[in-house]
Amino acid sequence: MSAVLQVKNLRVRFRGLSAVKAKLKGIKDPFIDAVRDVSFSIEEGQTFTLVGESGSGKSTLALAVSGLLPAAEGSINFLGDEVTLMNAEEMQSYRRQISFIWQNPVGSLSPRQSVGALISEPYVVHGMKDKDLKAEARRLLTMVGLPAHFAERYPHQLSGGQARRVGVARALALSPRLIIADEPTAGLDVSVQGEILNLLNRLQDELGVSMFVITHNLNIVRHISDRTAIMYLGRFVEQGPTNSIFAQPRHPYTLALLSANPEPNPDANIERTELKGEVPSLMNRPTGCEFHTRCPFVSTDCNSTFPPVVDAGESHTLTCHYPGKHEQT
Amino acid sequence: MSAEQKIDNVLSIRDLSVHYSTNRGELNALRHVNLDVPKGSIVGVVGESGCGKSTLISSIIRLLAENAIVPNGSINFEGSNLLTISEDEMRAIRGQRMSIVFQDPMSTLNPVISIGRQMIDIQYRDKKTKQQKRQRSIEMLASVGIPDPESRLDQYPHEFSGGMQQRISIAMALQAQPSLLIADEPTTALDATLEVQIIHLLKDLQRDMGCSILFISHHLGVIAELCDYVVVMYAGEVVEQGTARDVFHLPAHPYTEKLLKCDPASIAEKSRSLPTIPGEIPDLTSLPSGCVFKNRCDKAMPKCDSVVPEWRESAQGHFVSCHWAKP
Repeated sequence: MSAVLQVKNLRVRFRGLSAVKAKLKGIKDPFIDAVRDVSFSIEEGQTFTLVGESGSGKSTLALAVSGLLPAAEGSINFLGDEVTLMNAEEMQSYRRQISFIWQNPVGSLSPRQSVGALISEPYVVHGMKDKDLKAEARRLLTMVGLPAHFAERYPHQLSGGQARRVGVARALALSPRLIIADEPTAGLDVSVQGEILNLLNRLQDELGVSMFVITHNLNIVRHISDRTAIMYLGRFVEQGPTNSIFAQPRHPYTLALLSANPEPNPDANIERTELKGEVPSLMNRPTGCEFHTRCPFVSTDCNSTFPPVVDAGESHTLTCHYPGKHEQT
Repeated sequence: MSAEQKIDNVLSIRDLSVHYSTNRGELNALRHVNLDVPKGSIVGVVGESGCGKSTLISSIIRLLAENAIVPNGSINFEGSNLLTISEDEMRAIRGQRMSIVFQDPMSTLNPVISIGRQMIDIQYRDKKTKQQKRQRSIEMLASVGIPDPESRLDQYPHEFSGGMQQRISIAMALQAQPSLLIADEPTTALDATLEVQIIHLLKDLQRDMGCSILFISHHLGVIAELCDYVVVMYAGEVVEQGTARDVFHLPAHPYTEKLLKCDPASIAEKSRSLPTIPGEIPDLTSLPSGCVFKNRCDKAMPKCDSVVPEWRESAQGHFVSCHWAKP
């Protein structure tokens, strides 16, 4: 199996303070690292899921991968081509091979365009007007399980689940190699969630497209993803095969996230790993292990030295001084 | 939880219907709803989008849209019928004996007024000095776990994280020690770890202050963890009501059963094809005859087509409206 996307040591920075303000306050580095030292790869036909709290840098990473944000350091390799070095023309052809499913299903559809126009728009944007757009729209609608007459409808006439399907249809328009889905089930009811996930799974089986899914809903991760990474303050604290992460979370943060998931059983006795405090500011990253301010198993070394990358087998890695410490207590 | 009101109920809704007049005709948003919130308990309302949860809240706090019609029913809150009392009386109840926490904390709080000012302002009814009101605000912030409340009182909403903002809105809602707190999907906009924090906070506050909570959510896990009683709504009707244990372990209505089955959280094994509920919610402007769930129900029989199932007690304290439920 070959990798569709390979990201190495990626860093994305934003300016936090203006040059003058930084000088006045005596701050040497007025930038914040929204994504720092992130490496991962997505295999052909597989789903890679990124989990993390709001503000951990998930969406920034997705935008950087698609070339919508510049990378400060590191490399993004898409099928052998280096994305960070692409010129405008190469970028255009790269964007034809990746597509997005945006978070807000209705908000990402223009209210003044019909569904047919919306889902055939990618062809127009990429100069393929000679295609039979109406036929393409019908083909795409059928693919996502909507009746062909939906092409005449407008976004406000769709339910949340239907709007999401239209979003999926539009993402499929140019037969991309990689689909980036930002919170594909946010705001949907549980029964509709299942429908969308089944649709994504089915399309992946049929078309062999790779997927990069961003979510904070842990319940869905298990069912759709092959590999999972956990992000905290712009870094991956743990990544590995989804089964392995769910069966044996090793990083205390992963443990806390997984155990925070409420179960639909009033008698469930969940052993929780509770986090203390608040997420630190990116302007002021903690020293040593960046998680030590909230870690329930914090110990010596944690606040002074950066933890090493620990190999937990089966390409499952994490950064922690004391991996699996929770198992001893 | 029976009709004779054996238990002391803070809120008790009987046979409530709410219709909206629209240009497509009358939209039956709520139909013959019965609901009880016993004193000192947490009642969860579950249902999908469009099932009438928001209409239910608006009718309890009597802030219904102008095109709403209430043809029948009563909402009994601590001895007064909220549908018949005067606007002044209603105003005295809102925010004082009954308060609400909304879904999005950022739109609850005013972004250009400091937290302290907002918390002091809402105590306008109390005849206390500004200093006392400030002290009370500090106490409330401390009780919802905001560190260093005294100095944070002068900060603005954008200086707090989402979880903290939601805790501040809870503090504001509970400031007047209401007997009923309505929480409208208060954790939907939050991450999993914060969600658990808020649930625990609500549980602790409920225990300390002895208020009742009506908790609206479509997250089944949250409802199971927090609530004592569960009310299941579908297309404007309450289809099932009982203790959380009964509803989650022995769902009596086919809709509840299906809803529980299709929650991805309850499926431990990895599955590429998740269960769903095929079909759509019926059009509320032209309702089908008989049972409202029949077109999506596997167990539908000829009787379901013609006769509306009646609301009855299938087991002790467990109510359901389905022809299949045991008498």
